[in-house]
Amino acid sequence: MNTSETSSNPWGHRIGLAVLIILAVVSLLPIWIAVKTAFTDTGAIYTSASSLLPKDATLFNFQRVLGLANPADPRLAKSGLGKIDFLRALLNSLIFTTMVVVPQIFFSAMAAFAFARLKFPGRNLIFFLFITATMIPGAVLFIPNFILMKELGWLNTFQGMAAPYALMTPFSIFFLRQMFLGTPAELEEAAHIDGAGILTIFFKIMLPLHTGSLATLTILTSIAMWNEFFWPFLIGRDPAVQVMAVAINSFRTQSAAGTPDWTGLMACTVLGIIPVALLLIFFGRKVVESIQFSGGK
Amino acid sequence: MAISPSEATLIVGATPRRSRFQIDKTVIIAYAFIAPAVFGFLIFYLLPTFRAIYISFTDWNLLRIPKVVGWANYDRLIHDKNFWASMWITLLYVIYNIPPQLVFGLVLAVLLQRISKSVTFRSLFLAPYLLSNVIVAMLWFWTLDPILGFGNAVLGWFGIGPIAFFNSQNLALLTIAAVNTWRHTGFTALLFYTGLQNIPHDVYEAARIEGASPLRQFWSITLPLLRPTIAFVLVTSVIGSFQIFDTIAVTTMGGPANATQTIVWYVYQNAFASSRMGYASAMSVVLFLFLIVISLIQMRVLRSGESDLK
Repeated sequence: MNTSETSSNPWGHRIGLAVLIILAVVSLLPIWIAVKTAFTDTGAIYTSASSLLPKDATLFNFQRVLGLANPADPRLAKSGLGKIDFLRALLNSLIFTTMVVVPQIFFSAMAAFAFARLKFPGRNLIFFLFITATMIPGAVLFIPNFILMKELGWLNTFQGMAAPYALMTPFSIFFLRQMFLGTPAELEEAAHIDGAGILTIFFKIMLPLHTGSLATLTILTSIAMWNEFFWPFLIGRDPAVQVMAVAINSFRTQSAAGTPDWTGLMACTVLGIIPVALLLIFFGRKVVESIQFSGGK
Repeated sequence: MAISPSEATLIVGATPRRSRFQIDKTVIIAYAFIAPAVFGFLIFYLLPTFRAIYISFTDWNLLRIPKVVGWANYDRLIHDKNFWASMWITLLYVIYNIPPQLVFGLVLAVLLQRISKSVTFRSLFLAPYLLSNVIVAMLWFWTLDPILGFGNAVLGWFGIGPIAFFNSQNLALLTIAAVNTWRHTGFTALLFYTGLQNIPHDVYEAARIEGASPLRQFWSITLPLLRPTIAFVLVTSVIGSFQIFDTIAVTTMGGPANATQTIVWYVYQNAFASSRMGYASAMSVVLFLFLIVISLIQMRVLRSGESDLK
């Protein structure tokens, strides 16, 4: 894999590799500190700030933020522990993510197919408008969209949190249109000659042909929605619907006066990271390449 | 991002129209296919943009019906010291945040290109970008905690600190910028890396035969040929940076003493803490116009549309 310029200069190569490794450690160290803290006994954080490994390692922090600890456990009576039902928040994030991803990908695929493969008046203009929509800052949209949700009576509901993302995002349509444009036309022509209608071509040829791209977009959108904070924070602050990021934020502001419940907070943080970490571990190449694509064109 | 007119568009089932009054069936199906997306675009992008402009000309606390007040909100904005202070703080934040992100991203991309093209390395560097802003803020809020944080404990070994990074009037904004640089550098590097892959190898080959040093090659080949990528990264990251909110909501909440009161935080405070929908909308519209101007200037200066590659 070495290019000629690096192999001709082994020291340059070694220094470069060392810098890469140091930067990788910097990227991951804060995450490791969170993992360490989540496994540390709450009483031990005062004496283990500089340690890289958990002191008096325990699973108790995870149990208590998930509401799985024995209510009679004496450790629950300790002062400074926050109150949170993080299991509920994780479930809410799962519901929210599903309610956005499934319809968004489906409707975006339909629109992307029309933009890539069908001819109709206004096609280029509408597509151009969609793309310029990416330039409208969220800072302009959040007030009118919030008011709309209030008027619909959708505050503190899942449909209110999901609605703005569920029908389309400009990025999804752009991404899928590029994929559809890249397919050879012969397949569709053949199907068309055989008398297949547009619906058949879309469902029986296009979608199955592009399961890879659809899966990639599903992963990217799922990560983005799992992480989403601002809109759910405006719409869904009720503990019954609050998602992971909103729950962590309100859990941390609970203890604004005293020392925050750091071990509990880090247990929540680690739980919030796990789904993303799993996707990155199992689909790393797909995630990396699709993000490269998203900025490359 | 521009749609090139030369892009091949294949037409399925398009039969020539038989008469002026008979609409092609394909067209109806096509409109049905884009209908949900168009609906979403109208309801959540286009109409709210116009509604924000309308609200900006009203006095409205959401309880009464909005009262149209003409330019009053814009007049107020011009004389609002806090508004200009927020714009200034946001500009400072962008200046603290963007250059390090571009430089580190570029260095990392060149290292990845030259030393290791492995996907594992790239996904490690991408990891911070894939975490929620709230989680990233919590990670650093904890690591940099003055009493119990790992970062301050390490500084203590060198006799420094403890430093209240998020709670210091001088450091809070810099700290937030550094946190977001940490989150975005891997992502920026990935985009630059893709741009580097697109530079043909024989350009470097020719430069080496001419005796150009690696540094000279970087300045005279890599940077100019990477210009479209740099322009794209710069425009999108500047637009994003101007709208910093999440990290501030989780850590400093605009403090200490308004040191991190960025523009979106100030808009949010006006809209939701003070229920001044009209005034908040007016500020968001001004921010929008400001971002359009900044983006156009950047694209103009960097000639983002054209490539030097023939």
